[in-house]
Amino acid sequence: MKLTDLPDSRGHFGPYGGIFVAETLMAALDELRVEYDRARNDPAFLAEFEYELKHYVGRPSPVYHARRLSEAYGGAQIYLKREDLNHTGAHKINNTIGQALLARRMGKKRVIAETGAGQHGVASATVAARYGMECVVYMGAEDVARQSPNVFRMKLLGATVVPVASGSRTLKDALNEAMRDWVTNIESTFYILGTAAGPHPYPMLVRDFQCVIGRECVVQMPELAGRQPDAVIACVGGGSNAIGIFHPYIPFEGVRLIGVEAGGSGLASGKHAAPLNAGTPGVLHGFRSYLMQDENGQIIETHSVSAGLDYPGVGPEHSYLKDAGRAEYVPVNDDEAMAAFHDLCRFEGIIPALESSHAVAHAKKLAPTMKKDQIILVNLSGRGDKDINTVAKAAGLTL
Amino acid sequence: MSRIGQTFTALKAQNRKALIPFITAGDPGKGLTVPLMHALVEAGVDIIELGVPFSDPMADGPVIQRASERALANKVGLKDVLAMTAEFRKTNATTPVVLMGYANPVERMGYEAFAQAAQAAGVDGVLTVDIPPEESHGVADVFKAHGIDPIFLLSPTTPESRVEQVTAVAGGFIYYVSLKGVTGSASLDTEEVARKLAMVRAHCSLPVGVGFGIRDAATAEAVARIADAVVVGSRIVHEIETAPENEVISRVKHLVQDLRRGVDAASK
Repeated sequence: MKLTDLPDSRGHFGPYGGIFVAETLMAALDELRVEYDRARNDPAFLAEFEYELKHYVGRPSPVYHARRLSEAYGGAQIYLKREDLNHTGAHKINNTIGQALLARRMGKKRVIAETGAGQHGVASATVAARYGMECVVYMGAEDVARQSPNVFRMKLLGATVVPVASGSRTLKDALNEAMRDWVTNIESTFYILGTAAGPHPYPMLVRDFQCVIGRECVVQMPELAGRQPDAVIACVGGGSNAIGIFHPYIPFEGVRLIGVEAGGSGLASGKHAAPLNAGTPGVLHGFRSYLMQDENGQIIETHSVSAGLDYPGVGPEHSYLKDAGRAEYVPVNDDEAMAAFHDLCRFEGIIPALESSHAVAHAKKLAPTMKKDQIILVNLSGRGDKDINTVAKAAGLTL
Repeated sequence: MSRIGQTFTALKAQNRKALIPFITAGDPGKGLTVPLMHALVEAGVDIIELGVPFSDPMADGPVIQRASERALANKVGLKDVLAMTAEFRKTNATTPVVLMGYANPVERMGYEAFAQAAQAAGVDGVLTVDIPPEESHGVADVFKAHGIDPIFLLSPTTPESRVEQVTAVAGGFIYYVSLKGVTGSASLDTEEVARKLAMVRAHCSLPVGVGFGIRDAATAEAVARIADAVVVGSRIVHEIETAPENEVISRVKHLVQDLRRGVDAASK
């Protein structure tokens, strides 16, 4: 079997993925699987998706040669895939449009979503407004407090934001609560899951919607640089921007695929969110994958300066690509990501999301080991306006 | 025949229905679980469901979530739950114990290692909420090989076409979730449940227990009229949560005796 043929019909990527949910959700997931299967073979659905990406999101997003940054890092040429230029400021919108179109096909008038930093919440509230649907977003109480601008954005767009006070009061608890809502309102409600994780068919359909990123790069790189890159780098929380750019590159054997996890205060400190680097396989949120867990199988709290990477699991396809050796996964610590954030601001006039800054930070390490005519393509998954308070705080300033 | 099977056979001979309470192991304190189990038996229960604490109880409502958080704060994990069951078995050889929880703690221990340890501790059934039959290949067989009944859920959203698939791998009894939603959800429509149970029984010879939404003697009686077993969780856990620690056992006992009267009223 080819790596690109996965998952199997029950959502397995080798030993990972699958459907690990309570019985009440089984029928809804089956309904979604059947409908998605029809949709992805329906030219009208695909044409509408493409139309929306072009005219509403502003795709294709450009690939940009970051010459001054490349010069400063002293080695390979660094190119940026500018997902930060999408409507709503991140790659998340590619997926929420796809899922909202599915929701509409299925006659669901209410959508729900979980969010960490608030980017997926904003993208969900945006498409709900765009298609005239009711929208409820679950967000950890901790995240509501530290991401107040995004909370207000969601409210402006007409969504209801529900703070989740259980567990660690962050993304994983928001996901639990969204699942609980879904199981209670299963007939009326479509769950717009924000990353390439969760029970089948979510990891597959989120990947498929995000693959537009990599497909565009495969065309754009030869146009701009004369060839495909030597390495593709993307940050990995749940892993949707990474799988979106990696997947179309899987058949290009000469292209290294490098996912960057949140190293937090360093792997040795235990305060990080790097399950592929320091976790073990387990079952959480409906799928099997590498997880941050203790010896009793309890999920442990994660840490990252970037709320979007602060998640104890990772999409199942990444676990598979790691074991298969087709992709490598490395950690980048908070301070390294923060330095790369400032680099991109000063050298290129681009304020990146702290999530994406992790990918830039790894390019900073890798570039000097490569030749000047080699190419690194970094997925700049989002813009950093949402992070200015966090960055100011790290610098000891208040805005 | 397993202890669970024997229990249902004996009840049937007496024309009685089973009462199955749920408590979370380690809630409110590590030392209170085994005394609570014995108190439940004294109050007249037939099978005990013992919740294994998990950090992310996705299918549970706030009441059982908080119980799980209290138990985790008391540092109770799967190994402790097995130890508690073994302790209970020292003085009770007849009341079946069903462990109910999520996949990951079991996955972490390893299914074979867990099944061996559970058998040694005297566990009779295991319900892992987030392992549906589609993902249970091997797991149900491992449990059965160790004399443990793999218990599965059916729900109002389960289509008839799936019922046979579920019951084919299930053992002990079927746990029918009477409501959409999480544990501790609101009202219960017994007529609707009765219609669904008739369909389930057409495909399945195992006894059928009904849980979700049972909070007093009246609802227990209504459910006992249509089901083989009445499962009560959140209401009991709520009692544990709100009682002063020195009254937990007496308050739970009092509540369960009341539920027992409700269940038995259905047989009269």
